[in-house]
Amino acid sequence: MDYKVAYKMPRSLSGKQFTYCPGCHHGIVHRLIAEIIDELNLREKTIIVAPVGCSVFAYEFFDVDGTVAPHGRAPAVATGMKRARPDLTIFTYQGDGDLAAIGTAEMIHAANRGELITTIFINNAIYGMTGGQMAPTTLLGMKTTTSPYGRKAEKEGYPVHVCEIIKELQGVAFLARTKVTTPRDVMTTKKYIKKAFQAQLKGLGYSLVEVLSTCPTNWGLSPEKAMKWLEDNMTEEFPLGVYVDKVGDAK
Amino acid sequence: MNKIMMKGTEAIGEAAIRAGCRLYFGYPITPQSELTEYMARRLPQVEGTFLQAESEVAAVNMIYGASSVGKRVMTSTSSPGFSLMQEGVSYIACAQLPSVFVNVVRGGPGLGDIQPSQGDYFQATKGGGHGDYKLLVLSPSTVQEAADLTGVAFELADKYRNPVLIFADGLLGQMMEPVSFSDKEVSYDNSSWALTGAKNRPARQVTSFNIDPYGLEKMNLELQKKYKLMEENEIRYETTLTEDADILIVAHGTMGRIAKSVVDMARKDGLKVGLFRPITLYPFPYEALRKSAADVSLVLTVEMSSGQMLEDVRLAIAERTRVEFYGRMAGVVPMPLEIYEVLKQKIGRRS
Amino acid sequence: MKNAYIEIDKERCKACGLCISACPQGIIRFSSEFNSKGYHPAEPNDPEAKCTGCGFCYMMCPDVCITVYRAVKV
Repeated sequence: MDYKVAYKMPRSLSGKQFTYCPGCHHGIVHRLIAEIIDELNLREKTIIVAPVGCSVFAYEFFDVDGTVAPHGRAPAVATGMKRARPDLTIFTYQGDGDLAAIGTAEMIHAANRGELITTIFINNAIYGMTGGQMAPTTLLGMKTTTSPYGRKAEKEGYPVHVCEIIKELQGVAFLARTKVTTPRDVMTTKKYIKKAFQAQLKGLGYSLVEVLSTCPTNWGLSPEKAMKWLEDNMTEEFPLGVYVDKVGDAK
Repeated sequence: MNKIMMKGTEAIGEAAIRAGCRLYFGYPITPQSELTEYMARRLPQVEGTFLQAESEVAAVNMIYGASSVGKRVMTSTSSPGFSLMQEGVSYIACAQLPSVFVNVVRGGPGLGDIQPSQGDYFQATKGGGHGDYKLLVLSPSTVQEAADLTGVAFELADKYRNPVLIFADGLLGQMMEPVSFSDKEVSYDNSSWALTGAKNRPARQVTSFNIDPYGLEKMNLELQKKYKLMEENEIRYETTLTEDADILIVAHGTMGRIAKSVVDMARKDGLKVGLFRPITLYPFPYEALRKSAADVSLVLTVEMSSGQMLEDVRLAIAERTRVEFYGRMAGVVPMPLEIYEVLKQKIGRRS
Repeated sequence: MKNAYIEIDKERCKACGLCISACPQGIIRFSSEFNSKGYHPAEPNDPEAKCTGCGFCYMMCPDVCITVYRAVKV
């Protein structure tokens, strides 16, 4: 009986062991991005702009050229790269602090300009790397190290809905929110990531895929329980779906 | 060579284009918005790219990006804007990205005003951003010198893989003088480090980061080695009538040119006054200044600040000679006569 | 005759358990041994050759530990 490989480590990953916590969804999304880079044959002309956050080392896990930007500034760094070398494929990979707190202006303006870059946005409703502080996307009532009594709207405001905020910007060509808690979701997320890169390749505009993700360590839950918590709480707060699609489904 | 009348800011812009710069990211701020506007007009004419960033924070990061992929790039701003850029400058310095910055300094601190000042000297030379890094800083005193030093700035930025700052001020930026340009473009090969896509070579990174302190220390030692080279090879300054001087004025940039008038006035009165004008603020010409001041009885530092370059002058002179200071802050420009009166007072006070 | 099988890189594995929950055939378990990180890594446990090569384990694994093989149908 002969066997062939159905699934294996994508070429565009460097093979270095991920430094993420057990069960962290960063690893799943990294792999999906690498699969897309392989399928679209982009490895030799792709540059990753890593953020400050747990994925500050992201450039070590991909076999592509890369850099790490100051906190929140990845879309601006990516803009500089793309304007200087429009033939390269540039993507930023950012967390909720990087993109929705300190880097909000840079993200909104890159989106508004229709910058031909792709952003993969990992929303786990908490600040992972720095030890579990409140994020702009932290849910009301959620306890974090800087909202130890639970987030209150009157004091700390509401969870930020990035997709809803930028969906009206005309420069946005593909915008979707998804999750990776089941194999089906993983397959959907992969489709979205592919469209996001296609928006860049086809010169249609800015693309962003928001991936609701778990942070088992800072949520204080096991990887499995964390996924359940996400399903029960985050999908209600952050509706999944495609918000903008100018890429279409042409074969 | 034909000379044309140009504003300082615009002359810097034209010189940048002649030096091969085809990318500009910046944000309007008085008194340098004309440079931003000039690049908006000129860059499309030479198939370059101009982008007005949403802030100086964004602009400096666009500089980081464009430089990391191996392209000549510049930005320009004024004091509060340069403060916003300090985070990016620190990252750029550590990542060793060639880039040219222009700070058309205005009165501060805070929102300040829009008049000329030199009060950002500490920020420029002692590090406005965090960490052990240095900017190469050039201080022109005429529009022609600003244009010439712009070309030098791009060359040195590439040569040392370092951010270079052109330290101007509102007076130089706004004044119009005859200027001519050269089309000399000196470039360096960046194919060993620029991010161009991992084709036919291993993937590479441009980063200002190493979680291992010994790794980061290595990076820092490389930077220190580089700064030593800059100190050995790139010092620039100008002396006027210092050979027989009894009194030495030390002034840079716009104050350097105003000081020349003071030298003229003093010499007419028979006072042997000379001028030492640093052109590189970093690396500072300590040795040359020490030599020029060897036989003088008084060194008068004149700045549009509370006395920032003064500290470097004191470092250079040590206790050998009396060092005095005169300056105006907040956008007020000292006039030659005013400085001369102070000079005479300081001489009179000598026992 | 097995239709498919998986290999798990036990040194990469952090015992998160996502593959075990995702597997519709229930043919993955935690090993009783430790890897060098101190985890009990996941390992295939498929004596009845129930693996279909669906790839769900691969899809859910955050550490890219798993390689999935499928029989080549003649």
